[in-house]
Amino acid sequence: MNIPAVNIDKVGDATKQTIAPGRIAGKMGSFFVELANVVFFILATIKETFSRDFESREFLRQCFQIGYKTLPLISITGIIMGLVLTIQSRPVLVNFGAVTKLPGMVAASLIREMGPVITALICAGKIGSGMGAELGSMKVTEQIDAMEVSSTNPMRFLVVTRVLAATLMIPLLILYADALGILGSWAGANIKGDVTFVLFFSQAFAHINFIDLLPAVIKSFFFGAVIGFVGCYKGYTAGRGTESVGVAANSAVVLSSLLVIVVDLIVVQITDLLVS
Amino acid sequence: MNTEQTETIGGAPAKAASGGPVIVISNLKKSFGGQEVLKSVSLQLLDGENLVVLGKSGSGKSVLIKCIVRLMDHDGGSITVLGKDVSALNGAGLGELRKKVGFLFQSGALYDSMTVRQNLEFPLRRMRKNLTKSEIDEKVKEVLEHVGLWDTLDKMPSQLSGGMRKRISLARTIIVDPKILLYDEPTTGLDPATSDEISSLIKDVQKKYKTSSLIITHDIQCARSTANRLVMLQDGEVSLEGGIEKFEKSTDPVVKSFFK
Repeated sequence: MNIPAVNIDKVGDATKQTIAPGRIAGKMGSFFVELANVVFFILATIKETFSRDFESREFLRQCFQIGYKTLPLISITGIIMGLVLTIQSRPVLVNFGAVTKLPGMVAASLIREMGPVITALICAGKIGSGMGAELGSMKVTEQIDAMEVSSTNPMRFLVVTRVLAATLMIPLLILYADALGILGSWAGANIKGDVTFVLFFSQAFAHINFIDLLPAVIKSFFFGAVIGFVGCYKGYTAGRGTESVGVAANSAVVLSSLLVIVVDLIVVQITDLLVS
Repeated sequence: MNTEQTETIGGAPAKAASGGPVIVISNLKKSFGGQEVLKSVSLQLLDGENLVVLGKSGSGKSVLIKCIVRLMDHDGGSITVLGKDVSALNGAGLGELRKKVGFLFQSGALYDSMTVRQNLEFPLRRMRKNLTKSEIDEKVKEVLEHVGLWDTLDKMPSQLSGGMRKRISLARTIIVDPKILLYDEPTTGLDPATSDEISSLIKDVQKKYKTSSLIITHDIQCARSTANRLVMLQDGEVSLEGGIEKFEKSTDPVVKSFFK
């Protein structure tokens, strides 16, 4: 399959040529040009992913950057998520005499929905904006051009490594945040109650089964891929001015956050259909 | 083929051209949207010479050299580099050509996330894959000593001054022994003393590595110091070509404005 490379200069030309005198026609033209560029970008990334000269060192560096360097943020978020969910839910469950259901309820909501979505949104903010800003500034300062004249494929070196690292590391971060969330929930349950660690976890996992975990894990891979693709696309296709770096970082966060919610909705619908 | 000696310029002349053309550009055209930046540019870079391309900002000088290494695709005309039509080259062929053509970017374009050593090793590991670790270290040391910045080896680009960044960038360009060097505004944004240092380095590189260079600039001091020959780019075409004396005697107002 011969997939054309993304040529930023041509993208600009095409946009200018496509814009018709009418404003709506112009906006629609721009939209379809952008859509075509996104499709080419994704296809080019997939093609380069399976090329022979995989940039393994850069991939490992990106895994470190995305995974390890996001751990403190995810740790705090995970613990607070579990803690707050428990503190908010406990009084209601106490009123209904169902406080023993607390560990299972918190664990299910964390693993199925809260953990993946909130962690992905945090990652969209930190990782997506980082990718958009880094690649955008590399574009503005001609570092991507320098890479190209050094016989290095920038798509392979910069984009493939980041997208794959995000796709792999974000699910791991989500599982880590889930685990810390349950830990935070146990801490929250002990503020006004008294429950042992072993009892809390056995109650929590008694209510979790395979069908809770599988869709959550699958959608977390999609979240990772979406954040990686959007961050890289916005950075790689940034304009030439310094203002473009801010625009790339900002739009990477906004679009990837939106797409995380959309992907979540789709996966929930599919899971609901399959389960019912 | 034109093998005659071209004119030398300034008090410390660079080596004159000694061979036939290594780059031949014929009727080059490039437009952005409806704006025609290069209408019909024709010029030759001879083996061993330093050719300076002068022109006002926005005259298409940078576009011209980006077309040479296919960072941009031209709309019409032809570019032949070392006997090969660049528009006909595929991925592998283009990669091979780029190994022979070094490009010094206006901004330096050092990789921010890498140390000076990693910046220098980056093109070397990709273009000279058969080199051993000790050979790479030796090459890094050689080019860094050539630009006088051996002590910056483990520094990050953000710790360097503008002039140092340009010199490291030049070191990164010459580390793979290119036959042709393309300089995009090598002295822009530098103080006069640092600009002179960069101009001297360009001449040293020409002498030591026997390179042919196309130097895009609007810095007349740099042009005087480094050029064997000059061309003036104006309104998308070459309006004047020759030695420094021809340029100094020109009555064209744009040319005169450069030599005031």
